Amino acid sequence: MPAIVSSITRIVLPVLLALICGGVVLALLGKDPFAYYWYVIHRGLFSWTGFQATVVRMAPLLFLAAGLIVAFRAGLWNLGVDGQFLLAAAIVAALAPELNGLIPRPLNFILCFGIAALVGASWSLIPAYLKANYGINEIITSLMMTFLGINLANVLIKIPFNDPNTTVPQTATLPVEDRLARIADTVIHEGVILGLVMVLLVHFMMTRTAFGLQLQTVGANPRTAVHAGLNVKLLTYATFCLSAALAGMAGAVEVLGVWGNVRADWNPAYGLLVIPLVFLARFNGFGTIAFVWFFAVLMIGGESAARRLGVPTYFVLVLVSLLLLFLAIVEYLDHRWRKGRV
Amino acid sequence: MAEREGLEKVYELFSQTFLTALLFGALTAGMPLLLAGLGEQISEKAGVLNIGLEGMMLVGAYSGFCAAYFLESFWLGFLFGAIGGMSVAILMVVFCIFFGLNQIVIGISLTLGAEGLTALLHHFQFSRSYPRLPDVDSFNIFLLHKIPVLGEVLFERHLIVYLTIALVGFLAWGYKKTYVGLNLQVAGDAPAALDVAGVSVRATRTWAVLATGALGGLGGAYLANIGAGLFIPFMTGGAGFIGIVLAMLARGRPIYVLYGSLIFGISLSLTTALQVGGFNIPTDVVQMLPFTMVILMLLVLGRNSQLPAALALPYVRGQR
Amino acid sequence: MSYEDHKSTVARGANAIELLDISKSFASVLANRNITLGLRSGEIHALLGENGAGKSTLISILAGLQQPDSGSIRVGGRETRIDSPRHSLDLGIGIVFQHVVLAPTLSVIENLMLGRSWRERFERSSALNRFHELVETVNFNLDPEAPVSSLSLGQRQQVEIMRALWRGHEKVLVLDEPTSMLTPQGVVELGEVMRHLRDRGVALLFVTHKLKEAYQLCDRVTVLRQGEVAGEVEVKDRDVDSEERVVNSVVRMMFDQSAIGQLTGQRFAQAEHDNASTNQDRKTDKTNVRLRASGLVTVAEPGECPLRSVSFEMIEGEIFGVAGIDGNGQKHLAEAISGQRKLQRGELYLGAESISQMSGKSRRQRGIRYLTDDRMGEGILAEYAIATNLVLKGIGEPPFWSRGITFWKKIYAHARDLIQRHDVRTPTEKTPIGRLSGGNIQKALFARELTNDAAIVVYNKPTYGLDIQNIELARGRIKAGAERGVSTLLISTELDELLGLSDRIGVMYRGEMVGILDNKPGIEETLGRLMTGLEIKPQVTEASPQAG
Repeated sequence: MPAIVSSITRIVLPVLLALICGGVVLALLGKDPFAYYWYVIHRGLFSWTGFQATVVRMAPLLFLAAGLIVAFRAGLWNLGVDGQFLLAAAIVAALAPELNGLIPRPLNFILCFGIAALVGASWSLIPAYLKANYGINEIITSLMMTFLGINLANVLIKIPFNDPNTTVPQTATLPVEDRLARIADTVIHEGVILGLVMVLLVHFMMTRTAFGLQLQTVGANPRTAVHAGLNVKLLTYATFCLSAALAGMAGAVEVLGVWGNVRADWNPAYGLLVIPLVFLARFNGFGTIAFVWFFAVLMIGGESAARRLGVPTYFVLVLVSLLLLFLAIVEYLDHRWRKGRV
Repeated sequence: MAEREGLEKVYELFSQTFLTALLFGALTAGMPLLLAGLGEQISEKAGVLNIGLEGMMLVGAYSGFCAAYFLESFWLGFLFGAIGGMSVAILMVVFCIFFGLNQIVIGISLTLGAEGLTALLHHFQFSRSYPRLPDVDSFNIFLLHKIPVLGEVLFERHLIVYLTIALVGFLAWGYKKTYVGLNLQVAGDAPAALDVAGVSVRATRTWAVLATGALGGLGGAYLANIGAGLFIPFMTGGAGFIGIVLAMLARGRPIYVLYGSLIFGISLSLTTALQVGGFNIPTDVVQMLPFTMVILMLLVLGRNSQLPAALALPYVRGQR
Repeated sequence: MSYEDHKSTVARGANAIELLDISKSFASVLANRNITLGLRSGEIHALLGENGAGKSTLISILAGLQQPDSGSIRVGGRETRIDSPRHSLDLGIGIVFQHVVLAPTLSVIENLMLGRSWRERFERSSALNRFHELVETVNFNLDPEAPVSSLSLGQRQQVEIMRALWRGHEKVLVLDEPTSMLTPQGVVELGEVMRHLRDRGVALLFVTHKLKEAYQLCDRVTVLRQGEVAGEVEVKDRDVDSEERVVNSVVRMMFDQSAIGQLTGQRFAQAEHDNASTNQDRKTDKTNVRLRASGLVTVAEPGECPLRSVSFEMIEGEIFGVAGIDGNGQKHLAEAISGQRKLQRGELYLGAESISQMSGKSRRQRGIRYLTDDRMGEGILAEYAIATNLVLKGIGEPPFWSRGITFWKKIYAHARDLIQRHDVRTPTEKTPIGRLSGGNIQKALFARELTNDAAIVVYNKPTYGLDIQNIELARGRIKAGAERGVSTLLISTELDELLGLSDRIGVMYRGEMVGILDNKPGIEETLGRLMTGLEIKPQVTEASPQAG
């Protein structure tokens, strides 16, 4: 089988299997899977509002994907992305309206993104420290930081950052005209462009720079990295900080581009959902963009379907888990098949 | 005047109501963690990193709740909770132990899937009604339960609590004094040694993961049926992951899992206890406590955490 | 004797185990082809073959870890399949593996107790009884309660032997390269144990690649070559004539005609005398001390032997051999010199410059190179291209990087050049290096480390696991490097190799360099004594006057 066909199969097959399996689940619950999928595609892709909503949704997902590519290439599981996202979002949401009017808008955005990156990075220091110095599994530590971060964000939103003028606890709202500018006369804001740039920058970094190769070495075999003279501890810190900074910026882009504020108990939990997408794309920047877009269609369509067809968005979680599962299975089968042929 | 009020508040802290509420809640909240932690410890000893524990707990919570509700029996609820957890464990066994897929990827997938699936099922079955379970009967231990505070906390409990505490001792004995315990340890430390000695590494790990599923599911069922009396999507809220941390820090000794789960239980029950005692601290702050404690424990004790050498590595015969 | 005759002879004898026509292949590599082998009770049978000849596969089959693709096995005359390690044990087959398979966190007795059904009661007392009974037979000195992690490699091997004999009704004992951990005296003791077992009726299979051992310890030698049985020789009397005869026939069986010419020089009876003449020809400037190590100490880590205090000097162009039983600090020595491991105490001088605190990177830039023994585990990134692996130690440095940007074209061109010059057999320079054979991976590593500006090269077991051709190639490269003026630290567990290549030989024992000898005829005995710690001889030869 020619290499191209095999590559495409490895990528498309898990997606198909996941969709089919998900369809079966829907059928068992008494819902028509074809109607659901058709509605989702129609809504997410073919309707103008839906298409715009999809692209807008891509912005935070792209930042998160970039951050996850960095982490996974280096062999690190930064599962703290949701906590980094939310905490940075809360702080930016509190900061932006305050600075609005005091400084020019571009400066406000730069500052906010910068602070979001710092907040995110600092929130990853503890897992990085525990991993670099004691080899403690970063999955658990970063997950703990996520729970902690979400709670802390809520505390901040409900107490110090709370906008007294609203009945619902939330931060002060950044007026629409002061958010990230829209492109042409769409609802799509420039944050999406930033997201695309970030993914491509990360892709370039990983494939064409010394730093990227160093990260990959650590991820492929930490012992070889030591033998090659790399400073594994420093690289661990660098990886976490970079990955978390990008997750923080994802939070900033959602606030500055879409909502203008953060409500208490808001947690879209995009981070974990992006994981299988990055794996599917084999950490390639272009592939990642494609998969993020595909997934955004699912999400937007799914949210709409929740209202119209009575299939709650929990279903998307199930789809994501199926994606991961079938991805692992297809990889394994492919690996076995290759070994047999060599 | 304010000073006197402050002092009064402090005295109230040690009032019988507050203490009883706190400690009682601590054991209730700690039980799911204890079960999850003990279960995860078995897997980790055998060399399997079971990230899917949270998923096992959730499925156990849901199936346990349904069984208790429809079959009107708490014991059946526990049974089905264990079965529910084991059904997720079976998937783990098939994918990770038989096929050798990456334990972490599968674990995340199972947890996400369990979260979504239980939430979906609950939506379609119960979202209109949100039924509650009746309060559970307690099994009062003769005379002992009359002791103030501790009596109610420790000796007026459902039987499952006593059984679980006994389990701690049983496991501690089993790890040291039986071949099962020895095999578990070698499966995790040096699976090749176990293989050439003629014991199946796969079988050992399979039983370990199934046991984890059963205990995790049981923990979830306890949380739903006794802890809360109902099922809410995502109700475990990280309990499975805390269980994993407990197992990691406990260095192979079940008694440490017990201590750890009690400490966490206290921090979890602090919210309600404070409200009962008349203090008004925001829920979110108090909810941060257990996770802050985990991080602190890891920072302080982290350098001592001992994990089996072959943890999370699939065993392939003949590969040296 | 034709193959058919051989087969029928085997089938006729009083065999404890017979392997008939066993074939096994992995992917497209034929590891065993039509192997017919008979093990007789009360006989020590050597299975002799170079690395890659198919010995380990055969052992795995006997151990129940692998199944043959075709052929049959007869145990005690009855045809059986050895399905699993448990079945193999039940049949009375005990295997002492080359790489110790013990659980380090358990004690000796707990390791030996492993394997009983989970239903049985866990009783130490009966196990301890068996232990004391067995320990008398084999004459080992072991504490049953000692944690395995605290034992030396030689002691762990003793536990392995006990484990193979544990059940008590063994008919067959297979030993896979058991002498790699032993001193010459240790080999003698092992021989005694084997003879004792033989006299009790056990059929022993002694697997090795060392002709000398096969001859000295065994009654019969089967030669394996490229997966096939090349022939069988009986060793009856041990006088000089029959020794010649045996050696000749074995050598003929092991190698094809063209290779024999190169290898007759390896006749073990004379090997020790060759080294003196060839090495003195090489010019070594005795006054130019390249490297000076004094009092090197490293931090201990579980399972490894640290450096307790190592001092020695290396001269320009010399090959400094490091002998010693595996696990006496050689690994730490290699890492300390190359900079991969920090020195807790001690000084290291490169010429007049102190490099004790320098990073591995800086040391490499000053010409220090390190060829690790752990090729797959730390030497390479198996999934990555050969080209990438060839520049792995210099990521970020010119000419392949500038301001952090990678110039892949240059890297690939460089790789193609090296592949051609070093004769690395590979489809392309972009092929994942893990797909290459062990010999070609080692060639690639030589290409990476032995660059033109290499001044000091540390080789850790450079010929380990290679077939005879690649071994010769590697040794040739080492010599060529030394001739160019490279100071070479050659760490090896093969005494013959050290004796054949080195100018001086230092012996590592328990983390110290306990003696440094000039390589002259007749030093084997002293080496053996130094290796077991029976003697300490800090600096026997006159090195150059202290530099600086």
